[in-house]
Amino acid sequence: MKKTVSPHLRRLESESIFILREVAAEFERPVMLYSIGKDSSVMLHLAQKAYFPSKPPFPLLHVDTTWKFREMIAFRDEAARRAGMELLVHINQDGLKRGISPVASGSSVHTQVMKTEGLRQALDLWHFDAAFGGARRDEEKSRAKERIFSHRSAAHAWDPRNQRPELWQLFNTRIKQGESMRVFPLSNWTELDVWDYILAEDIPVVPLYFAKERPVVERDGSLIMVDDERLPLLPGEVPRVESVRFRTLGCYPLTGAIRSRAANLPEIIGEMRASTTSEREGRLIDHDESGSMEKKKREGYF
Amino acid sequence: MLEAVQTDPPLLKQMSALPTLRLLTCGSVDDGKSTLIGRLLYEQSLILDDQLAALERDSRRHGTDGDNIDFALLVDGLEAEREQGITIDVAYRYVSTPRRSFIIADTPGHEQYTRNMATGASGADLAILLVDARKGLLTQTCRHAAIVSLTGIRHVVLAVNKIDLTGFDREGFDKIVAAFKSFAAALDFKTIMPIPVSARHGDNISAKSANTPWYSGPALLDYLETIDVTEDGGGRPFRFAVQWVNRPHLDFRGFSGTIASGTIRPGDEIIVAGSGRSSRIARIVTADGDLASATAGDSVTLTLEDELDIARGDILCEPKNRPEVSDQFAAHLIWMSGDKLLPRRSYLMKAGTRTVPATVTELRHRLDVNTLGELPAKTLSLNEVGFCNIATTAPIAFDPYKENHTTGAFILIDRMTNETAAAGMIAYGLRRAANIHLQGLSVGKQDRSRIKHHKPAVVWFTGLSGSGKSTIANLVETRLYAHGVHTILLDGDNIRHGLNKDLGFTELDRVENIRRIGEVAKLMTEAGLIVLCSFISPFRAERAMVRDLVGKDEFIEIFVDTPLAECIARDPKGLYKKAMAGEIENFTGITQSYEPPEAPEIIVARNTQTAEQAAAQIVALLTARGLIDRIEDLADDWSI
Repeated sequence: MKKTVSPHLRRLESESIFILREVAAEFERPVMLYSIGKDSSVMLHLAQKAYFPSKPPFPLLHVDTTWKFREMIAFRDEAARRAGMELLVHINQDGLKRGISPVASGSSVHTQVMKTEGLRQALDLWHFDAAFGGARRDEEKSRAKERIFSHRSAAHAWDPRNQRPELWQLFNTRIKQGESMRVFPLSNWTELDVWDYILAEDIPVVPLYFAKERPVVERDGSLIMVDDERLPLLPGEVPRVESVRFRTLGCYPLTGAIRSRAANLPEIIGEMRASTTSEREGRLIDHDESGSMEKKKREGYF
Repeated sequence: MLEAVQTDPPLLKQMSALPTLRLLTCGSVDDGKSTLIGRLLYEQSLILDDQLAALERDSRRHGTDGDNIDFALLVDGLEAEREQGITIDVAYRYVSTPRRSFIIADTPGHEQYTRNMATGASGADLAILLVDARKGLLTQTCRHAAIVSLTGIRHVVLAVNKIDLTGFDREGFDKIVAAFKSFAAALDFKTIMPIPVSARHGDNISAKSANTPWYSGPALLDYLETIDVTEDGGGRPFRFAVQWVNRPHLDFRGFSGTIASGTIRPGDEIIVAGSGRSSRIARIVTADGDLASATAGDSVTLTLEDELDIARGDILCEPKNRPEVSDQFAAHLIWMSGDKLLPRRSYLMKAGTRTVPATVTELRHRLDVNTLGELPAKTLSLNEVGFCNIATTAPIAFDPYKENHTTGAFILIDRMTNETAAAGMIAYGLRRAANIHLQGLSVGKQDRSRIKHHKPAVVWFTGLSGSGKSTIANLVETRLYAHGVHTILLDGDNIRHGLNKDLGFTELDRVENIRRIGEVAKLMTEAGLIVLCSFISPFRAERAMVRDLVGKDEFIEIFVDTPLAECIARDPKGLYKKAMAGEIENFTGITQSYEPPEAPEIIVARNTQTAEQAAAQIVALLTARGLIDRIEDLADDWSI
């Protein structure tokens, strides 16, 4: 059945498909970074459309910090199976050996070692020359200036002072040996566009986005879900069962839930239109200081 | 917050069904671009609680407006520019009002970043050009208006900002408007809408201001929400650049791409612009099912009724309205690299989904964007705009940029650094390309080679003056000659006495010097010779150009890597002594750079290797490549 999608979303979809195809045509070893969240779900859906009736000509890669919600891992494996695509999972074994965890090491060390370094290891291991990411420009100030095709040196460094200008749809995909490109097909989408599109196209997303009774503790103003026994409770903390959902998904001890009863897509979209906080507020790693995302990006974080 | 949210489907539908307006803001430094966007977001309540809290915190730390909120901080993203107080890159903001969605490119006014302004302009439908009411038109304002017009934007809002600081003075406003209209008369704008505003205080932004009773037009937002920027283009011809050949299995061969203009239906006849071959559309394939028609902007996969040889980069078009096909055309260039344009240097041109080597054959003039006058020029520097002739190594299909932005735009890429060196807009094809046809000859290169019993090649010696290039080349030729191989040795000094005696040693002349030698060497390989070339040839780009010209299988690069100190010590012609005394300009190694090859076939380390050893190594490589037979074998044959 032909679905009804607004001209605005149809145009965004078409532009993203152009970007996806350009990578397949111009790079030798692309990969799609699949982080299991709603943006990854949309990106994977667009990839399946872009190359139809072929399958996307690249594997999915998940850099697993070992602290993802259990429901995310189950969803990940199912999504890859449904798409019929190869799923590569990389865990920074060195970080594991060193005992790095969000609980023991704090959010910034955990993110640096398990995500940023883990990602670099995986890209080097498989010699990928292009990696799709689901980042959007509306997420954070420094991302508003990110290119759709973002060049990385052989050491995975990003130089914000020296980015290639992007004109029309003429993406400069040239790289030297060892260098790579990060490609963001959802650059021009907003959070609301993503949800509108998920609704219109009936795209599966992790159930954690929908409100449900879940065990949580309140810490520094954030609601942290007790997903397994690895989260040590502070003195006096007793998990309560509340109706909560997540606007963004990361490592569970670093991702705050919001109180909500929005249990389906129209309710989530309705809640968003009424909302007065931006989605990254739920991410504890961004709170250190306002320029922190840019610092992470220079080091190779997505 | 725990109440179940009531959704309102009619509202959802109404909001997401609106057309998106892509616009950019530009103007000189400190005219208040970022503040204007921040104000728009603030008045539309699009600044969220946590963003506002961060903004208040940042305003106290970096702000320029005392304790008041500095709206510019909301859009100036990168740390470095926050500290300098200038926007240094294009930032994209996404705004939705109940009536329309906007994608806003906030572009810098600082002169050295004009290339980013052109970037923001390349995808936009409308430009907001800011002018400081106290300062009037500045050089940057005119420059940006010219670039906006050049990039094909037809609609301009002239936002005369900081009108509060002139006491809402009508006469000052009218003067600025008159000056702009007079400047813009030579530009190609369809609408110009002047609005007096104060971004800081909100006059005429979301609502009309009581402070400007003399102004009868709409407030800025009202104007943006209602302007129609669609071109009257229903009847534009069909253009489709093949982006990716889709072959899931042997029974399906589709051509994936995005329709640049026009409409297509199954059964329509199409032509491959380059080859002129024709077929009909069989299916328009998408993941949501086959379509009965597809139109400009749609990303689809087309299958044809006939098997045609079609690859990425080909343009499919309708038979009665075809694009031009040519390897020479005139175009505007906006130069975006810190390295100057070198006419005759080989760049990569990406046009649509096609990438081909291209050179600027003639720079006709530079555009003075302040006066729109034409200036004579030999080169283009960062941020300069020029009009030039361009030649590509293979014909490409295109339309004039004015008629079709998608098939008329291109970028030039520096082959060594991979930088995007320029943005280009094709004005028209050059007729002479259509009238000069290559003459087909009966005796070919391979025929000539066959009777010589060896294959042709170019052996290119590069290195500093005095490194020993000519000595080694001479030894190699002596050995080859002794064994009956047909050779010629082209030497820098000798060529400069004849063919290239009109050329000097500036960067520009060096590029032309090597281009001519490359063409001569190519002709000689056509004759079946092994061509030994001994030239300092300091720039990688020109050596790469010759490699492309003769083909990589027939090009052997020998880097004679003698340390500079040793060349100076040897100084066989006494040139280093003169150069260091300042008597010779542009001397490689002293006052001009030498770019060593990245991947030469052979590196001769002359401080550890004798010229004889080097020559033997080169002859061995020619043998290993199958260009000449083993010299011993030849000797045996002759002795019979």
